[in-house]
Amino acid sequence: MRRPLCALWVFLVLLGDCLASPYRPETEPLDPEPHETNSIVELELPPELDGTMSDGELVPHHYPAQRAAKVAQHYLNTRHGSPFRWIELHRVNKASLEDLGQAGKKYYLEISLKEVISNTDLGQCSAEVLFSGEQDQRAPQVQCPCEGMQKLNTTAEEEALFQRLNSSDSPVSGSNIPDSYGHIAPEMKPLWHLGAAAASFVMLRESNESTLYNMAQVASITQLETENGQLRFKYHVLLHDMISQEILHWKLLVSWSPAGGVSVLQTEWQPKPAESTP
Amino acid sequence: MRKDNIMIAAGMAFLILCVQNIDCTSDKSTQEGTPWNYDYTRYHPVSEISDWMERVVTENPELVSSAVYGETFEGRNITYLKIGLGSEGVQKKAIWMDCGIHAREWIAPAFCQWFVKEILLHYKTDKKLNEMLKNMDFYVTPVLNVDGYMYSWINESTRLWRKSRSTPPEGCTCHGVDLNRNFNANWGTVGVSRDCCHNTYCGSGPMSEKEAQAVTQFVGSRVDQILCFLTIHSAGQLLLLPYGHPHISAPNYDELVAVGQAAAKAMKAVHGMDYRVGTSPEILYPNSGSSRDWARLMGIPFSYTFELRDKGEFGHLLPEEQIQPACEEAFEGARFIITYVHDKTFYNRTEIGAASVARAFWPTVLTSCLAIMYLL
Repeated sequence: MRRPLCALWVFLVLLGDCLASPYRPETEPLDPEPHETNSIVELELPPELDGTMSDGELVPHHYPAQRAAKVAQHYLNTRHGSPFRWIELHRVNKASLEDLGQAGKKYYLEISLKEVISNTDLGQCSAEVLFSGEQDQRAPQVQCPCEGMQKLNTTAEEEALFQRLNSSDSPVSGSNIPDSYGHIAPEMKPLWHLGAAAASFVMLRESNESTLYNMAQVASITQLETENGQLRFKYHVLLHDMISQEILHWKLLVSWSPAGGVSVLQTEWQPKPAESTP
Repeated sequence: MRKDNIMIAAGMAFLILCVQNIDCTSDKSTQEGTPWNYDYTRYHPVSEISDWMERVVTENPELVSSAVYGETFEGRNITYLKIGLGSEGVQKKAIWMDCGIHAREWIAPAFCQWFVKEILLHYKTDKKLNEMLKNMDFYVTPVLNVDGYMYSWINESTRLWRKSRSTPPEGCTCHGVDLNRNFNANWGTVGVSRDCCHNTYCGSGPMSEKEAQAVTQFVGSRVDQILCFLTIHSAGQLLLLPYGHPHISAPNYDELVAVGQAAAKAMKAVHGMDYRVGTSPEILYPNSGSSRDWARLMGIPFSYTFELRDKGEFGHLLPEEQIQPACEEAFEGARFIITYVHDKTFYNRTEIGAASVARAFWPTVLTSCLAIMYLL
């Protein structure tokens, strides 16, 4: 007797589950809002947001902490970036700000990071980012000791690339990396990452509390003569600043070797090219 | 006897688990409704998108119509697809979605096309979707800034164009206005440039641009009808709610945040991507003259800017391999908000998270039944 009843029960339950509509009207609704308009009659110009932040805890997903964390990312890529290493900010977990008056503003951050190429979770790192005061036009100063970096081992790939580029008869060159469709030829990917690491020197130096830089594209790269055991390249990179939405052109002279890391020997800002009217 | 009961219980449990994995409300096995040979995982130029729109209308006359609702600076049509069931001669509530207001944000038009494709594929078998299409019309503009988008396709040097293509004003030498700073919403007050060569140039006056005028006229004449205004951008992985001005707050701010956060959770569930939720001054930068702000000021209760992938690695040059995952997660976010707005309007239902509760309910009942049987 029990088995058929049970089977019937199971059938009914399965049927109910399949047909169950996704919402159940039990709980009280949130305040229902009639169509309301906000009419702004007069508007005074807002005060400069930079100067009005107070000391103490910051909301991690709000822009001040996010901009400071991006600067820490740039710093890490100047130290650890390479053709086979690109470090990306994953999340800001905690943030606070100390106003040092004329000495500037210091951000204390707990951030989680990822190495994108090997998809390695680098865990949590602490970072201190100091933006200089208004008198001082210096680059931000960053401290970000990050134990997770020790997980990374890219020596073999870097040596192989170095040997290949050093001994090749034809110097490597390329343009529009990625292209309009976001594509990057596999053999250009390491040079794209190298360009991003080099661009990080400029992005770090040019950053302040009102910028948010990313490299948009390697417009061109040309390999030059190796010097002092370092491969050398001429890069033309496009940086994107999220705040102004501008694309900034920079020409870089870059050297790299697995042992020496990435160095940027010269940087030159290029004014926006004249509009092409086809 | 006991052993038999165990076997039955185990068999049923297995059956339940299998059924749980079958999505019995959607039919993914057919391409019915969506034009053949159209690749939604590639970027398409305007000419291909226009052809696609025509085919979508021709092949789905009971569901889709289209109309031109404005003209760009260079005289091109701005066209929407109107998607709904039983919409002939009836003024229904509506959802607005526009893509490609910024030329270089190619993933946005790709998403509008994906969104339409999903509706075409599932509207007959997805009960909820079918219901919403009966109750509401969806106005979808795959490319709003047609001139700018076309310009960004010319060659690699034009790829990162953002603005419209209107001619330079008196005393300045550069083309284009940032359409998302040109709307009549605290116009020109914050987060803009007055230099026509800059990418956030807000124009010579509010709604100076024909593209902004088109949206303003069409949406503005249907404010009581439109429940939800979604404008699609890239990049940054953000869900922005009104207002862009740091000193004013939408009257339903709390609700907008709650719904936005739930939508972001739905998006994260797809591929693990984080989307931050908040007003522009909170999570990005202050700005004025955005279409999202204008829509909210007009009284449209739900107004969001979607900033799709990514967070800076590729930026606007998002690889085509990411079109599908980016669109899949964006679709879940858009669907969540649209469903919420629909249920609030038609059923006065506003609880968030009831879906997961319902899904857990039946298996719990069954498991309890089996446990009781085993013990008896």
